[in-house]
Amino acid sequence: MAVMTYREALNEALREEMERDPDVFLMGEEVAEYDGAYKVSKGLLEEFGEQRIVDSPISELGFTGLGVGAAMAGLRPVIEFMTFNFAFLAIDQVINSAAKMYYMSEGQFPMPIVFRGPTGAALQLSAQHSQACETYYSHAPGCKVVTPGTPADAKGLLKAAIRDNDPVAFMEGESLYNFKGEVPDDDDFVIPLGVADLKHEGGDVSIITHGKMIHVALQAAQKLEKDGIHADVLDLRTIRPLDMDAIVETVKKTNRAVYLEEGWPYAGTGAQIVSMIQEEAFDHLDAPIIRVTQADVPMPYAKNLEILAKPSANHVIEAVNKVLYR
Amino acid sequence: MAETKTKAKKSSRKKSDALAEHGISEELALELMRDMLLYRRFEEKAEEGYAIGKIGGFCHLHIGQEAGAAGSIKPLRDDDYVMSAYREHTQALAKGVHPNAVMAELYGRKDGSSGGKGGSMHIFDADCRFMGGHGIVGGQVPLATGIAWKIKYRGEETVSLVFMGDAAVNQGGFHEALNMAAVWNLPAIYVVENNEYGMGTAFSRVSRTDMSTKAVPYGIPSHTVDGQDVLACYAFFRDLADKVRHGAGPQFVDLQTYRFRGHSMSDPVSGTYRSVEEVRQAKEERDPIALLRDTLMEAGVLDQETLEEMDAEARQVSLDAADFAEASPPPGPEALYANVWAEINPNGRLFFDGRPESEEAN
Ligand SMILES: Cc1ncc(C[n+]2csc(CCOP(=O)(O)OP(=O)(O)O)c2C)c(N)n1
Ligand SMILES: [Mg+2]
Repeated sequence: MAVMTYREALNEALREEMERDPDVFLMGEEVAEYDGAYKVSKGLLEEFGEQRIVDSPISELGFTGLGVGAAMAGLRPVIEFMTFNFAFLAIDQVINSAAKMYYMSEGQFPMPIVFRGPTGAALQLSAQHSQACETYYSHAPGCKVVTPGTPADAKGLLKAAIRDNDPVAFMEGESLYNFKGEVPDDDDFVIPLGVADLKHEGGDVSIITHGKMIHVALQAAQKLEKDGIHADVLDLRTIRPLDMDAIVETVKKTNRAVYLEEGWPYAGTGAQIVSMIQEEAFDHLDAPIIRVTQADVPMPYAKNLEILAKPSANHVIEAVNKVLYR
Repeated sequence: MAETKTKAKKSSRKKSDALAEHGISEELALELMRDMLLYRRFEEKAEEGYAIGKIGGFCHLHIGQEAGAAGSIKPLRDDDYVMSAYREHTQALAKGVHPNAVMAELYGRKDGSSGGKGGSMHIFDADCRFMGGHGIVGGQVPLATGIAWKIKYRGEETVSLVFMGDAAVNQGGFHEALNMAAVWNLPAIYVVENNEYGMGTAFSRVSRTDMSTKAVPYGIPSHTVDGQDVLACYAFFRDLADKVRHGAGPQFVDLQTYRFRGHSMSDPVSGTYRSVEEVRQAKEERDPIALLRDTLMEAGVLDQETLEEMDAEARQVSLDAADFAEASPPPGPEALYANVWAEINPNGRLFFDGRPESEEAN
């Protein structure tokens, strides 16, 4: 096992997949000469040259559509969004073109493309730069959604996403890039899409979550341990495909669940998961499931309000206590 | 000071001709100096505030580009509209937003122009017709076109002036908006603050054609202006706004300028994308404040003492703004849910995180 940052793990995944397959190229704003706005593509220009590591104009709709067309014609583009906040300009091409192409053409045009970049809030970036975007993408059939929370998951899942023949929205976190963790040395370390990971084991309650929120969940789980409460922390890792078996398994074990997500509650990922749990494991529930989310408001700038708006470990603990009727 | 003025006037007729040529009075020229000094000192204060953690998030400074703010906004009327992107602190000041309100917004405080909820990238002031502060590159361009639509719709004699960076012209929305503005002959002035770079990307790397060509396909007149020469800017925008408010239709301005700082407070001033030498040279040769100072001093309109007084005043206003911001409290917790909706309907639920829809929240 090597210890590396989330950023380095992504960088390795890109490098390895580009070495493996000459059809893989990376395009986006500042990815080449600047090494990426968050330095994820550091050194790749030098290694792979201008044809494969491409600085784009600030034209999100344009270069996303370009990627989709290139994928139709057989390449395997990795399109970087400086952040997914800017991908709203491009979501037409993701949903209307990429996600539907295979279906509309009755399977003639697979869409092996990855859209990647950070999602969610960092610190005090205010309303237009602090949005958790996964729900927009998971809503559309035809688009896969991946949200790694650790360096190992980042590497293994990015490699899988690049090899996948469907469009994948691969969502990172700005505050995760410096996060360090162990990554297997295996030179072909691939984590299949659709497999959740139990990040912490306990039998009393299930905290189900995805993306960078796993760290908030783990923090809550640790605090709860001191209180004698043992929580399962289930990291979905991918939202589509969804590892429903793992969800049902933990719920059957604990009979109580909390869903934690970074984004808004209304029609959020948690709403989908809760609905499915009651459909598939209703008899195993001893309490209504509670969701912990961002406050139902655009992200405010002021530091104190931002703290109030974001979901925290304390919110999770409160929710856990509620589902345990404590 | 009057003495120095007359004395020097004889010695450099050529320079004082600059004022005459642009139809700018000595008084006005001094006012522009005062304005630009304030912008410079204000931004330096913001820089300081960022360094000590009073200001967070992204903070993009306008240092080096002050003439563009003073020279294009000052000639406008109070009821003209101005909109911008995220490098907008000084433009807000130019449109009349109080320095205290801008600084308090940067600090995320209750007395900020958006009550602390917008921050550096989202300064708004409806009374001053300063229409924001927008964070998505190019996003403001269609919005300003909509404002121009309203002006024409209501038959008003105002203009909608919008700033964008050079990188914004590569967004689709820019092209769609300009086409509509031309088709409907809207009173919009599109100003590209062409500082040659979008973050670390030189404009020449992302465009095969010159900036001056960008609006041509839509039938919009294009103008190139030295954005470091505040007198030229002022005269140009004064005349242009006058034409536009009387039906000349949309206009495109390539305002050539240069950014002296990094893209934002978290980006380097120079690096692989531009050399230390390039920045040094620009600061030496293209500092809009130094350029105006030289012109006015040579014309005998300004002396060292007056300049220092003006500068001291600019520093004081900035310091006062920082003190004001510091003294202003953070927004109260009730602000979190306030102003999500303009109307709380009697039926149906609006919030979905289980928090109460209390009256005081809106
Ligand atoms: C749609 C979108 N894409 C990317 C960004 C990130 N970003 C912010 S500013 C910027 C560069 C813009 O440069 P320019 O338009 O020249 O304005 P300047 O910063 O030079 O004033 C980028 C890429 C963004 N805010 N919005
Ligand atoms: Mg620029």
